[in-house]
Amino acid sequence: MNARDTILDTVRRNQPAAVELPVVPMFDADLPALWPQFIAGLERMGGKFVEPAPSADLNALLATLFPQAAVICSATPEVSGNRPLSAVSEPKQLDDVDVGVLRAAFAVAETGSLFLSEIELGVNAIAYLSQHLICLLDPADVIGNLHHAYARPEFRSARYAVLMTGPSATADIEGVLIHGAQGVRSLTVVVAPRLPN
Amino acid sequence: MKRIDHAEAASHFIAAKDNEAFHDKRLWDLRQKRDRIRDEIPEWQALRDLASVIKEHALSHLAGYLEQFETQAKLNGAQVHWALDAADHNHIVGEILAARGVKTLVKSKSMLTDECELRPHLERRGITVVETDLGERIQQLDDEPPSHIVVPAVHKLRGDVAEVFADTIGTDRKNDDPHYLSEQARLNLRPYFLDAEAGMTGANFIVAETGSVVVCTNEGNADLSANLPPLHIVSVGIEKVIPRLADLAVFIRMLSRSALGSPITQYTSHFRQPRPGSEMHIILVDNGRSERLGLADFWTSLKCIRCGACMNTCPVYRRSGGLSYGAIYSGPIGIILNPTQDLRKYSNLPYASTLNGSCTNVCPVKINIHEQIYKWRRVMSEHDQLPFAKKTAMKIASRLLSDPKAYRRTIAATDAALEYLPRFLLYTRFNAWGKQRENPATPDQTFYGWYLKHRSKPK
Repeated sequence: MNARDTILDTVRRNQPAAVELPVVPMFDADLPALWPQFIAGLERMGGKFVEPAPSADLNALLATLFPQAAVICSATPEVSGNRPLSAVSEPKQLDDVDVGVLRAAFAVAETGSLFLSEIELGVNAIAYLSQHLICLLDPADVIGNLHHAYARPEFRSARYAVLMTGPSATADIEGVLIHGAQGVRSLTVVVAPRLPN
Repeated sequence: MKRIDHAEAASHFIAAKDNEAFHDKRLWDLRQKRDRIRDEIPEWQALRDLASVIKEHALSHLAGYLEQFETQAKLNGAQVHWALDAADHNHIVGEILAARGVKTLVKSKSMLTDECELRPHLERRGITVVETDLGERIQQLDDEPPSHIVVPAVHKLRGDVAEVFADTIGTDRKNDDPHYLSEQARLNLRPYFLDAEAGMTGANFIVAETGSVVVCTNEGNADLSANLPPLHIVSVGIEKVIPRLADLAVFIRMLSRSALGSPITQYTSHFRQPRPGSEMHIILVDNGRSERLGLADFWTSLKCIRCGACMNTCPVYRRSGGLSYGAIYSGPIGIILNPTQDLRKYSNLPYASTLNGSCTNVCPVKINIHEQIYKWRRVMSEHDQLPFAKKTAMKIASRLLSDPKAYRRTIAATDAALEYLPRFLLYTRFNAWGKQRENPATPDQTFYGWYLKHRSKPK
């Protein structure tokens, strides 16, 4: 008998008496106001938050946020950047990116998380190899909690999906919190309503 | 296999006073953070109930869910392998890597691969294995196993890390600033991420209905390991399968809150299909789990989601350090997992507990950890695994406790003696209670004496 069948056989023989699968409620009776809760969650996890004037030019904003940035790679049409993602054939070519720019598909108020998949990322590694990350978010795209998040169809269609909450972090040396462990050193959420289709 | 002497090993950790004091404080701090964030969620206890029942459901239908996961994962384009035990697992990984000429493997933290001792196996086959979680990397460079399943190097102080990094990656020995050390680790690891031909992750959960692999990290190192090389290998224990995405919400809400007191990890990543042009292999590992499922008293230990809350709260773990358990899984959860792997080797571990029940109270999936620890003591006794001193003490105790008169005489005499005996007679190697702590003060009166004096007189 092969390993698969041996394992499944032993499991079947040893399975305890059947326990019924419960219904998982949405726990959304008393959700706090979505937008303030999202901002609080994001900042708690080390993320930053910028709300530009509605008429502000995002490219100009980026230049003031990261004046030193030499390589800017954008996966969203609102920002042009100077490294076209379409020219990237291998993820490691993003090694020298100073600032990556994305737009979240949606965000979760409960935890301050942003949802990104290969659709939003273009090349998944942009969210990790960039030194800094800017993520555009339409306040209309914020949902209440993780129960609502996992009910979204994206989790069934995306090849890769991440709930990103703040920048890369570690506290592995004496509990000292450090941002920029292996991934991005900072994450800035910029309020930017979606472009009309 | 030699029996692990937890108390003896712990004495070395206790001797390093600064490390022990910090360890105790840091883990208790995590426990308090966990309490604070628990109180932000009114439905916390309802979530614990759900998490527990979902896991019991999944384990009582495990074969079906494993088959469903396999079918979905294959439809998604992943390749699924089954490993009976550690050797089987290591062989499968080695063959996948060898067939593709892989020289360097970047890895995110996986207790399962530590359990299987994968690293030495691959190194013997000439493959460079690079741990990329900072804590696990420190432990790899120091050639030590992780001492905690969530924070692997928590027993080390900054000075210890500065020494390890100076010896292994050439940092400035005199600079023990954690920011400097973390930055050096980042710079050291970056080229491995860029050039490795394969990446490996564990899995916190796998979802049967979608075939998804879910990995939670704060550093983003699993995402770097899986999203850069053209080959992603996932090792996962068969008990990690859950039925639906709706169930995943319950566990993700609890995992990091229980582990670190944060609402979620910085990165909760879902790998469902390989990237175009790349491969994804998932190895479902048994290594004793299917047998444990049949143990009436212990199968619920398979519900564990590896949050480490039971370790952070345990007074024995906090003061003895994870390495003293002589196993990858330490603390209360380790005490109840390890004996199923090797009864004799871990026969001392069930005594590394005060049975205070705090582990059970913080467990997000409601495993009755302290009751299982007690039951393991019974198993050890029935299998004649008690060490000689404990056996002798138990025999004397049993004689005394079954004879009320002898018991009262002994207690009275002992209390009197304890008050007047000099320290050198009380704090000997035969008195385990006097090691690293003061004996409790003796009461002025025994309970029985108090009772005789105060009971209502018959009319």
